[in-house]
Amino acid sequence: MARIAVDPITRIEGHLRIEATVEGGKIVDAWSSSTAFRGIETILKGRDPRDAHHFTQRFCGVCTTVHSMASIRAVEDALKIEIPTNARLLRNLIMGIQNVQDHVIHFYHLHALDWVDITSALQADPKKTAQLAQSVSDWPNSSVKHFAAVKERIARFATAKSGLGPFQNAYWGHKAYKLPPEANLMAVAHYLEALEWQKEVIKIHAILGSKNPHPQTFLVGGMSTPVDPNSQNGINADKIAFIAKMLKKARDFVEQVYIPDVLAVAPFYLDWAGIGGGVGNFLSYGDFPEAGGNDVDSYFYPRGVIMGKDLANLMPFDEKKVTEYVTNSWYNYSGGYDKGLHPYDGETKDNYTGPKPPYEWLDTDQKYSWVKSPRYKDQPMEVGPLARVLVAYSAGVPEVKGAVDFVLQKLGAPASALFSTLGRTAARAVDCLVLAQRNEKWLTDLANNIATGDYEVHNKEKWDPATWPKEAQGYGTHEAPRGALGHWIRIENQKIANYQAVVPSTWNAGPRDAMGNKGPYESALIGTPIADPEKPVEILRTIHSFDPCLACAVHLMDGNGSEIIRVKAL
Amino acid sequence: MKDHTSAPVSIPEEILQKWESRGVSRRDFIKFCTATTAALALPMSFIPKVAEALEGQRPPVIWVEYQSCSGDSEAFLRANAPTAAEIILETISLEYSEVVMAAAGHLAEDAKHNAMKKHAGKYILIVEGSIPEGAGGGYCTVGGVSAVESCKELVKNAAATICVGSCSSFGGIPAAAPNPSGAVSVMDLVPGAPIINLPGCPVNAQNLTATIVHYLTFKNLPAVDRLGRPKFAYGKRIHDNCERRSHFDAGQYAEGFGDAGHRQGWCLYKLGCKGPETFHNCPTVRYNEGLSWPIMAGHGCIGCSEPEFWDTMSPFYRRLPNVPGFGIESNAYDIGIGLAAATAAAFAGHGVVSAFRKGSDKDDKE
Repeated sequence: MARIAVDPITRIEGHLRIEATVEGGKIVDAWSSSTAFRGIETILKGRDPRDAHHFTQRFCGVCTTVHSMASIRAVEDALKIEIPTNARLLRNLIMGIQNVQDHVIHFYHLHALDWVDITSALQADPKKTAQLAQSVSDWPNSSVKHFAAVKERIARFATAKSGLGPFQNAYWGHKAYKLPPEANLMAVAHYLEALEWQKEVIKIHAILGSKNPHPQTFLVGGMSTPVDPNSQNGINADKIAFIAKMLKKARDFVEQVYIPDVLAVAPFYLDWAGIGGGVGNFLSYGDFPEAGGNDVDSYFYPRGVIMGKDLANLMPFDEKKVTEYVTNSWYNYSGGYDKGLHPYDGETKDNYTGPKPPYEWLDTDQKYSWVKSPRYKDQPMEVGPLARVLVAYSAGVPEVKGAVDFVLQKLGAPASALFSTLGRTAARAVDCLVLAQRNEKWLTDLANNIATGDYEVHNKEKWDPATWPKEAQGYGTHEAPRGALGHWIRIENQKIANYQAVVPSTWNAGPRDAMGNKGPYESALIGTPIADPEKPVEILRTIHSFDPCLACAVHLMDGNGSEIIRVKAL
Repeated sequence: MKDHTSAPVSIPEEILQKWESRGVSRRDFIKFCTATTAALALPMSFIPKVAEALEGQRPPVIWVEYQSCSGDSEAFLRANAPTAAEIILETISLEYSEVVMAAAGHLAEDAKHNAMKKHAGKYILIVEGSIPEGAGGGYCTVGGVSAVESCKELVKNAAATICVGSCSSFGGIPAAAPNPSGAVSVMDLVPGAPIINLPGCPVNAQNLTATIVHYLTFKNLPAVDRLGRPKFAYGKRIHDNCERRSHFDAGQYAEGFGDAGHRQGWCLYKLGCKGPETFHNCPTVRYNEGLSWPIMAGHGCIGCSEPEFWDTMSPFYRRLPNVPGFGIESNAYDIGIGLAAATAAAFAGHGVVSAFRKGSDKDDKE
């Protein structure tokens, strides 16, 4: 038996480390550890609840809107505040384009290099690449000239004296890479195009909310972006036309590049439809209200729970059944850490008991992560695009069902193939496509609502803290790009008394709980093949398929814990 | 948006052709060189020098993240001219960046260490995120090494360190009261090192590219204020250049979000804007290719480029105390003096972090 660790796991947000034991060329056990702590929940105590979203937005600078949304919804839930229709639609548009842009960045810039060998692209024939690209899509940039220019650019870069820069030291040439050079060149070209595309389409955040990352437009009770067709300072016809143009640009790229690329690459990696399944329990909070201010029953993506991969038995979500364990996390609970706490009663009392840095290995028999272990009905749950899509599929949402069936049919795969690393990657593409299309409806709804003369963006009724009850509590949820996000708040005397966020990567990356149940990353890695323990690209594939918002490491040692192979630089 | 392409320039033809062969139109390249020269407050005669600087050796750059949210990396990925791809592929040699790099684990760490040794004293270090000194370094480790040790070693061997965002510049959100992890800024961790701070939450990508270009052009860092911020970007207050300033002077204030004054772009001072106390070039540079910035989108400035702003500038929706003269045609001279005093007091307030937050809650009716 050998033990592996990868630290840092790169191409993610934050600090994540994975340790795993390997036997017979497969992972037999795994541990997921987050190696950074900031304590923002503690920092929030005593502050104005209306400010919370500014703080929580800084949880993450990648999906930069999502914590604002959950935070504001938590305060609005606690204080029973209804938001105006314009605010709902502005929020849907901001959240919708966030999901679309984030998924594309994830696929091309954070995940693709696990499947695409950038050095192999240098062997490609641009003419054949153009033929391949034209056979899968009508994307206008698929000319021989374009691919030849990309090849030349990469070749010049690769042969420069200063070297490969961010592409050095990767697992290039690993036999797990299976794409022909032409497909690799096509993917590299789209990597560059997507980099250009993402900064354009996210301009919608600037128009609707000042900037990206970290838009500054959210408010408890609505939005600060004025809506007024007769003002240069508000959302007017000019700005709606600009957003429409960007939404079309977003949809075109997803339909003509992202989806065809996924469908072109997946057949080379169909074995990954049987790897990386994980816990088989899925949770989606649902999102994108289509009626009222935030009417949960009108959510475009429904809320629900699937246990044990049973798609035929979609269950309602019960907020009371969420708890967090710190049995194996570097925290203490005042009542002892073998008990799970509901977030209203949650505690963030850090207690680092890990090895003193610099260290070689974590003590995985003890506490080993800064991430807590959230559980639903005491079970680990996977969250994210796969969970969101499965719940919607199970509920029969036509747009989602159509897209899923289309992808499965193209790949010739059964629905059970979705419970895998490849399924997770495919579900993200489906989610992206569905939202890229839905965004345009929300923009039309916004224009139509403004046309009725409704310019309201903010409900001021309870803006003044003097109008609040002495005590209140509430929770807010959001389907972030990475999945089910919830914030829980308790307010006392107009200040934050307790604040707990249970974020998607906490659900997915959490360590074992008091019952010994593994978290979703840990479960998904079991059975993953490792062809070359010195270059564990397979670990990156499965971990990246979750789109982690953290950072990690892999080492190799024998069953007694002594190192037998140390991953070395080439 | 300003279009600088009409400015007189004389960028050598061969340089323009080189960029054209890389897929960057000469218009875009001239536009970038001109805008960057302007951003750096250099005379337009420096445009060819800026263009030439981009043609030199790709200098090694190591970009590390500690207690960060990756917001600054993301801001960099939204850079417009040159784009992130152009900077990474043509302008610098990005030896390490957790968000972008292909390698992982020990191979990633080896890339960092190799670059540090091979280019000792010559690389540019970019730091994102604060550094936690508590828990013996256990609050943040990468590859088993504490952020404290990693950062000290990298800064010591760098030619220059650029701190992107408010966390690495001033401690940022992890250092907000009560600072649970003992987070510090890079300049507090390594006093005396050649450091430039580009605070903001997140950093404005244009200020970052301008700083890099300045370094490539002159082989040194731009002039800074006493907080280590380049004067070209932080030399004036938001309030000085704000597009709503005339409404402030005319006594026209939005009283609530979405009201008629708010929709017409009136001053956001009463809704809590911290522009009068914040030094940053947001009103002129803006974000996402100059499209917008918070005040343009109807939300007050939260002062995100000032030290300890999470404590001194919050509650964010309560108006600044002691700014005289609003409500009627104001005497600009009096306002200037009043604000200068308030700003000086805020800056003197290291340690008095929650002066505003814990101050008179009751005197303010939003």
